[in-house]
Amino acid sequence: MYTTDMYEGVYAETVTMTSANGDSINAYLARPLGKGPFPCMVLAHHMPGWDAWYREIAFKFALHGYLSISPNLFFRTGQGTPEDIAAKVRADGGVPDDQVVGDLAGALKYVHALKDVNGKVGIFGTCSGGRHAFLAACRAPGFDALVDCWGGNVVMRPDQLTPKTPVAPIEYTKDLSCPMLGLFGNDDTTPAPEQVNQHEAELKKYGKNYEFHRYDGAGHGFFYYHRPMYRQAQAVDGWEKVFAFLGKYLA
Amino acid sequence: MCTMIAEKVKVEGSGKGTSGWFTLNQANVSYDHPFNAPYEYALNIDFVNESLGPSARVAVELSESAARDLMRTILSALEQAEAGGHLPQK
Repeated sequence: MYTTDMYEGVYAETVTMTSANGDSINAYLARPLGKGPFPCMVLAHHMPGWDAWYREIAFKFALHGYLSISPNLFFRTGQGTPEDIAAKVRADGGVPDDQVVGDLAGALKYVHALKDVNGKVGIFGTCSGGRHAFLAACRAPGFDALVDCWGGNVVMRPDQLTPKTPVAPIEYTKDLSCPMLGLFGNDDTTPAPEQVNQHEAELKKYGKNYEFHRYDGAGHGFFYYHRPMYRQAQAVDGWEKVFAFLGKYLA
Repeated sequence: MCTMIAEKVKVEGSGKGTSGWFTLNQANVSYDHPFNAPYEYALNIDFVNESLGPSARVAVELSESAARDLMRTILSALEQAEAGGHLPQK
């Protein structure tokens, strides 16, 4: 717990990292100053892009003592404002799942190679990033904790599958290799509550270590303080659950 | 990407972006998260010319009812133009 007599500092910058497929992409790295070693977090940004909210969240995790990296999952789409790039990605039907998993695995490797880390790495994502974080935790070995915030399209109908998203993430549940925290709004439609239930049933079926929290009065994106979907009480409780969960598994 | 509802259509015309007017050749239509409009989901239209880079974009984010009103209004204006003999002869 922070007290006013403590030293606190964060060093944050844009870095270049290597994806699992060898591509160079950029990423935002926020590292706590002071005495380590620090646990690490890989952040899978949301559909609105590699934007200011994710840089702020990287900083937030660092303030809480987690060295955090947020890879630019839309890097290959081009460079411009986060909105212009995300709009192009949206029009193109997203980015390929395999590519994203490779980028997140590359971020995992990047932080493991840094000095003053404790060797424990979690992964966090919201919206499409929640889905991508779940995919990475199932398909890229080495994560120690997963936080999926309202990740949509974990459950997909066959007609929703595309060459970029060829397998519904729920199909990988058996391969989930770390404890999972899921936060969901009961008024959400992606994922809808019945899809969250379906995902939970699959986690139970395979005996996975998970905890799901469902919030009444909240829909999609209830952490986003700059959007009308923000729900103060649910967001405060959700963040408390995130840090309690990470403290348990990444210490 | 959350809804996976996104379509593209070729268009002809001009749009005024942050750097002035440019030639449009495509409209990207989605029903998904907007960047600015105060809705969880919106009918988003990006008028673009991809050959000019990602910033060549004129964006609108509309509520569902506004999008339907706009669609009806566009069709009404075109019908009036046709009735008045203002459309180019095919």
